[in-house]
Amino acid sequence: MARTLPDRLKDAALAAFVALLLAVPFIGLTTINTDVGLRVATRWDWVLWAVAIVFAGRILFGFAADAVSTRRRRTEARGPLVSEAAGRTLGKAFAAAAIAFAVTLPFLPFSDRYVLDLGMTVLIYILLATGLNVTVGLAGLLDLGFVAFYAIGAYTFALLAKFFGFGFWIALPMAGLVAALFGVLLSLPILRLRGDYLAIVTLGFGEITRIVILNWQSLTGGPNGVGGIPRPTLFGLSFDRRPQEGQQSFHEVTGIAFSSEHRMMFLYFIVLLLVLVCAWAVWKLRRLPIGRAWEALREDEIACRSLGINPVLVKVSAYATGGLMGGLAGCFFAARQGFVSPESFTFIESAIILAIVVLGGMGSQIGVVVAAAFIVLLPEFAREFADYRMLLFGAAMILVMVWRPGGLISSREPTLTLAGGKQPAESVVRGVGS
Amino acid sequence: MSAPLLEVSGLTMRFGGLVAVDTLDLTADRGRITAVIGPNGAGKTTVFNCLTGFYRPTAGRLLLRHPGKGEVELQALPGYAVARYGVVRTFQNIRLFPRMTVLENLLVAQHTELMRKSAFSIAGLLGLKGWRDAQATALDRARFWIERLDLTRVADEEAGNLSYGVQRRVEIARAMNTNPLLLCLDEPAAGLNPRETAALGELLQGIRAEFGIGILLIEHDMSLVMGISDRIHVVDHGKKIAEGTPAEIRADERVIKAYLGEPDEAEVPPEVAQDMPELEGPRA
Repeated sequence: MARTLPDRLKDAALAAFVALLLAVPFIGLTTINTDVGLRVATRWDWVLWAVAIVFAGRILFGFAADAVSTRRRRTEARGPLVSEAAGRTLGKAFAAAAIAFAVTLPFLPFSDRYVLDLGMTVLIYILLATGLNVTVGLAGLLDLGFVAFYAIGAYTFALLAKFFGFGFWIALPMAGLVAALFGVLLSLPILRLRGDYLAIVTLGFGEITRIVILNWQSLTGGPNGVGGIPRPTLFGLSFDRRPQEGQQSFHEVTGIAFSSEHRMMFLYFIVLLLVLVCAWAVWKLRRLPIGRAWEALREDEIACRSLGINPVLVKVSAYATGGLMGGLAGCFFAARQGFVSPESFTFIESAIILAIVVLGGMGSQIGVVVAAAFIVLLPEFAREFADYRMLLFGAAMILVMVWRPGGLISSREPTLTLAGGKQPAESVVRGVGS
Repeated sequence: MSAPLLEVSGLTMRFGGLVAVDTLDLTADRGRITAVIGPNGAGKTTVFNCLTGFYRPTAGRLLLRHPGKGEVELQALPGYAVARYGVVRTFQNIRLFPRMTVLENLLVAQHTELMRKSAFSIAGLLGLKGWRDAQATALDRARFWIERLDLTRVADEEAGNLSYGVQRRVEIARAMNTNPLLLCLDEPAAGLNPRETAALGELLQGIRAEFGIGILLIEHDMSLVMGISDRIHVVDHGKKIAEGTPAEIRADERVIKAYLGEPDEAEVPPEVAQDMPELEGPRA
């Protein structure tokens, strides 16, 4: 592994050359505002510094990488840091703590509108990633256009409200069902595709959905979006200061002084409830025949067929389940914003959701939660670094993937165990003990 | 003797101009081990693929006499449905679900039944009693086969981490968890050492005797084939060249020729000579 010094120098010289190419236009030339307009100035000394820093940095990086990989080889020989059983207990404790934190967050002293808003964003992404995790993580079917389901859910609510005056709670299941239906539609043409081809078709599905919304002016309002989406109500109670005619508001009925934060808290609890229900459903489905069939399909489709499993139904159900959760998230998104437009559903959203699933570890539900928090909060915390925050964000993602190539939580939890089963047979006990 | 469980007649499989299987007849019975042998490339695995729904045969009839569901023509079923009628197979290059545990592998094999019992997941999501009972039954069946095939120690291990011989046993256990009538094994002894092969022979004989299922076996290991088969079909170039008990096959001249080649004076066996004009015709 240890490379010779000339090798390292050559490597560093190459890096420095690339840096030079980049630095000339980016750093070397700059525009200065003068009275007569913009003038181009040169900063060759800066370029020299940049190249020198890259050269030295590359050499240091080489030494550091060697040191890290030697250490990693030593750790691997010693085995994993935590045993699998301990990991499972840890996972349970983490899940309990995360739920407790999420429930109490609005009542904590530091929580304000900003914190709640951020919390809702994290929860929406957890919901989306939980859905995508079914398709990608469990069933192993790549989906680069997941944002389509998000958009379909959002527009279903927006249009139902606009044309038929539907409220949030009636529109919510309908948004989920419509998105699931589109999941079925998407899955039919791609049953025989895999790998690159599957990626292309799903990518196309996401873009087509957005472009249709953008161009179908008469229905969706095109780039102007749909506004005036009604706020969710609590059993008919609104959270407005002056509720509409015939409606009562929360502060009037309960006698609590009006605060606009109540509505935020209410929205927060709605999305938290959605996340908990969906996470529970996925957790449960994984332990049902359908969930095991999803995973079996990911592992070996031919073996599935040989056991009498119809791969078509398994694939369709995986896309539909993922789509359903995407639709629910979209419906909530529309309710929270009060306004939807195609701009919210670009490819970058699909990429972020997929990044959450991959970063969390394919198929891991706790991984999704951690990764969603990481991906949403990191750019927020890095706000102080202004222009460099996306750079930091990218660097952090690279570091995580170098450190844990399989995602944050890469070990798979069995859906049931013989040793931990409900009725351990005598021989099982013997088998484990010996 | 009653009508056989499986009756293959006139099975032909053509890939473009290549005739992989040519009007093959084959029968398999419950409680018997039927072996299909032949040199490499003889078309044995193609027969299996037709039988278990992976290929749709060009011509021929695959008749299964199902005790509960009557006579079924396997070639007319969608590929995945063949296993639901009790014809289940293993693969030459083992196909387990590597990242799932042995126990999970066995439960996936019971998917069709469990899916119905879970009311397509609805009863399962609600945790109804009917579903819980069905799950307990499925677990019992899986546990039975885990013990039967001596897999208790590895039941909670990921299947992909197991050694080759153990993976073979897991694959057989998984196939048996579908509750088959006919177990089709594609070279189950490949990669096993002589002791493991002997144990496999005992196991197959035991399964056959205990559950009365039919076993159809493709195998190159002659010690295994000759030791446990009730009837042997020899296939070469897609055609059946001999059929009989192990003793008959061992003495059959055509079989010996197919395996060992020809003595110098006779250049081609009569069967091949028959085919020659057809094969050479278009080329000349």
